[in-house]
Amino acid sequence: MKLPSFEYLRARSLAEAWALHSDAGGDAVYLSGGHSVVPSMALRLQAPSRLIDISQIAELHGVELQDQTLRIGAMTRHAEVLANPLIARHAPLLSRAAPHVAHPAIRNRGTIGGNLALADPASEFPAAVLAMRAELEVMGPEGQRMIAADDFFLDLYETALIPGEVLTAIHVPLPPEGRLFGFDEIARRRGDYAMVGVAAQADMSDGVVSDASVTLFSVGVAPTRATAAQDALEGAPLSSDSIARAQAALATDLDPPDDPGFPAERRLQLARVLLGRVLTRMEAVQ
Amino acid sequence: MKVLLSTTVNGEQVQEAVLPRTSLADFLREDLGLTGTHLGCEMGACGACLVLMDGVPVHACLVLAVQAEGSTIETIEGLNETGAAADLQAHFHDRNALQCGFCTNGMLMSAQALLEANPVPTRDEIRDALSGNYCRCTGYEAIVDAIDTTARDRAARTEAAK
Repeated sequence: MKLPSFEYLRARSLAEAWALHSDAGGDAVYLSGGHSVVPSMALRLQAPSRLIDISQIAELHGVELQDQTLRIGAMTRHAEVLANPLIARHAPLLSRAAPHVAHPAIRNRGTIGGNLALADPASEFPAAVLAMRAELEVMGPEGQRMIAADDFFLDLYETALIPGEVLTAIHVPLPPEGRLFGFDEIARRRGDYAMVGVAAQADMSDGVVSDASVTLFSVGVAPTRATAAQDALEGAPLSSDSIARAQAALATDLDPPDDPGFPAERRLQLARVLLGRVLTRMEAVQ
Repeated sequence: MKVLLSTTVNGEQVQEAVLPRTSLADFLREDLGLTGTHLGCEMGACGACLVLMDGVPVHACLVLAVQAEGSTIETIEGLNETGAAADLQAHFHDRNALQCGFCTNGMLMSAQALLEANPVPTRDEIRDALSGNYCRCTGYEAIVDAIDTTARDRAARTEAAK
């Protein structure tokens, strides 16, 4: 369908974006790549009276190495996430997630900031930033906030952003030498929404897992940290035994939706299978 | 309220006042009469509306015309004029890689962009590049063949020119 009518305004600075947002009395949506906003308007899921184009605001651009983190500007498009060597080196879960995000033409326009702010429960990047224990840099009229990924994704399409705030960047803590990473998803066709997905990382010390971070997506209303599976891996060597314990622990971590076409038990089983594959590959590369 | 848009389409500078709700696809088709950009799903799923924006394929149904401010757009008409994809089109024809033809222009856009980025892709890479292009006549095998043949032909010609 064609989009409903709206007013289009281009913000050249964050201050201008906030002013335009507050001026619209909250009936405004920020536009970066537009690849969720535009189809949602075509489908009449929302009809804001104003779109504020934030794509040209300097603070949202660039990928740069900072003291302790890699700062990825919110306007970084998926295709750039896929190709950027700094991201490949310091935030490899994002590079590995990117080929699974929609199709090539979508990746040329969609932005990581827009993706995270939308918080689709079947989306790859939210689970990846959760697994990497990234922090989200948010700027609003009241100032800057850093929000841990664990506190950002609250519910179905619901984040910790308050109206008017702009997600400006993602800060990924620089990984220590030897950290293991794993990412995969099960989808019927390439580019489809995942039926279930896993993002994981683990640090090893003296042959045992010293810090495991395991997240899943498309298993509920938001990306989910599998704390029981993490506990099952912690303090043991990465082996078929510990992997089996982590798989079993998913029954505690997950409470997938029960759909007539996709029963909860089947989704849980797919999650177990996929977690097993991902961890086994991590075991093989260590 | 209309917004003044200034952009380059198939090498020509264009200035038009557009409504913000106008998609790039509708702007190309209705304001400029470039109807080679097809509209299927209008929600970014089918790939019939792909055009090259600053050199990379994008869904013209998901880009607002006003977002193309300052950009360079190339449509299937532009490819026809320059002849840049003439061999690709010939191979589509030879291999019967189109039935109704509705998806073909989008397929050509994806294929042309793929071959520029990756001159000799594997068949899997071709399929991956086409994952956002639907052909409801289900002629995928022939389409992959045509792109594969074009890639090998172009590579052989490059090699022969050395």
